[in-house]
Amino acid sequence: MSRRTAGPEIERLIQILAKLPGLGPRSARRAVLHLIKNREKLLSPLALALAEARDKVVVCSVCGNADTVDPCSLCSDPRRDRSVICVVEDVSDLWALERAGAWSGLYHVLGGTLSAIEGVRPEDLAIASLSARAAAPEIREVVLAVNATVEGQTTAHYITDLLKPLPIKLSRLAHGVPVGGELDYLDEGTLTAAIRSRREF
Amino acid sequence: MLLPRSSLHISLSRLTLTDFRNYAGLRMEIGSGHVALVGPNGAGKTNLLEAVSLLVPGRGLRNAAYAEMLRDAAPGGWAVAAEVEALSGEVAIGTAWRPAPSSDGEEAGRQVHVDGIPQKSLASLGEHMRLLWLTPAMDRLFAGPPGDRRRFFDRLVAACDSSHVSHLNAYEKAMRERNLLLSEPGPDPNWLSGLEAGMAEMAAAIAAARLSALENLQANIHIGLSQSAFPWAALTLEGEVEKLLAIMSSVHAESEFRRRLCENRRLDAAAGRTLLGPHRSDLAVVFGPKGMAAAQCSTGEQKALLIGLILAQARTVAAAAGAMPMLLLDEVTAHLDSGRRRALFQTLDTLGVQAWMTGTDEGLFEGLGKAAQFFHVEAGTVSPMTRS
Repeated sequence: MSRRTAGPEIERLIQILAKLPGLGPRSARRAVLHLIKNREKLLSPLALALAEARDKVVVCSVCGNADTVDPCSLCSDPRRDRSVICVVEDVSDLWALERAGAWSGLYHVLGGTLSAIEGVRPEDLAIASLSARAAAPEIREVVLAVNATVEGQTTAHYITDLLKPLPIKLSRLAHGVPVGGELDYLDEGTLTAAIRSRREF
Repeated sequence: MLLPRSSLHISLSRLTLTDFRNYAGLRMEIGSGHVALVGPNGAGKTNLLEAVSLLVPGRGLRNAAYAEMLRDAAPGGWAVAAEVEALSGEVAIGTAWRPAPSSDGEEAGRQVHVDGIPQKSLASLGEHMRLLWLTPAMDRLFAGPPGDRRRFFDRLVAACDSSHVSHLNAYEKAMRERNLLLSEPGPDPNWLSGLEAGMAEMAAAIAAARLSALENLQANIHIGLSQSAFPWAALTLEGEVEKLLAIMSSVHAESEFRRRLCENRRLDAAAGRTLLGPHRSDLAVVFGPKGMAAAQCSTGEQKALLIGLILAQARTVAAAAGAMPMLLLDEVTAHLDSGRRRALFQTLDTLGVQAWMTGTDEGLFEGLGKAAQFFHVEAGTVSPMTRS
């Protein structure tokens, strides 16, 4: 065990911060020191922001987005196209698409991907609620915007098979040549995917 | 483009070991020439090669557990650091392993640093280093199980195509998921079909990368024919998806393999594993001059064939990566007559590689070029030798 160099309050803060993704014990310690040194400028506003987030942030009961209102501001935005749903793995993916400003329809957050080894089964993901939403008469298209990993694609195939009976268009994000990419530098898998998902001009 | 575009070759200029195998602390300064490690059995010559082999992704040339590499009674973990003339220019590469988190917050497990900056994964080593090895354990490669030949060949493919390893991993992961689902009663057919789609996509990419590496390797074997004292090998890849790719486009091969996986569900469930796919492929090797299966050749012939194959691999990697890889040749001279030994040393000089070789006797390296450096290895110490 390492010797204790700080009071229990500080140690506890370090331990909690070290559990955050991207932070280890060492960087957590640096963050805590920085907070203590900037008590008024950072520590107090952070404590306030955390308390507020704890009290107000909810998960949208429709799409699974994180927001302070339920349904979330995206679901209740009248300017959005309510006939199309974009399915993502996580809230971070939803935010990425929003940053790009590429999508003006609705979203649906699955909350992960299928994994037999990790025991994530279809009933553990927001798949049943997606089926119900997709069956509504106003829906024309469901876009599967999952990661191009094997887990993501497995989940996409699963959902595709499930929604196939519905009279809606099912699509997925294109895989292949990146913007500004040169064919000569692509691996065989990416090139095959690009040929497979080619589209008409 | 089969020959390297430049004379760039990957080499080490300094190697530092800490608590690695029988080395408590070691520092070697090395010129750009070959390295000959001379010393009695059990002195730790192969340990040095193993340390160098940890500078590419993977568990090194013994494929041993990291805990085994830790020096007895060492308090923390082991570390291997090197100054490398690499693909990206001169870099300092360090890799370390520790069984438990250190008191100053360093995580447990294997870490990689490049120029002092911690890297997210082992894979980043592949951006800097290219390395091939030949060990006595590979003497049984041709007569041994297909898995050994497949892994041997996949290492070459990976040295040419940096996405190969991640494709193999993704395929294996989906296959394990499918095997697990098939072992349960009433598996969800939609889920299985999703996994099979992913497996098929990866399988087509894996097989295509293998076939393209094989073609380059075969071309380099023929280039080497005239200038080598080593017999040439005729190579074929035997595998389900590789066979499909020979007669149809990769898009069609992918959907055909997916169809076969779907068809085979019951068989695979009964067997408890996946019976078809690139994880079962084999590299068939024929001793060219005699037209005889390599497994049927004499021990000496097999060794010579293997060396010829490694040299052709080095040329193939050089053409793909733009730099000659390093070679680690463990006890390579032992089975060769003096004529073949000289021929090997000559070829190494022509290729312009930095080869690290081990041997029990200095005489085994007679004829090795003047630029070569000799080190005497004994009981965890390494000292430069003046050549007699």
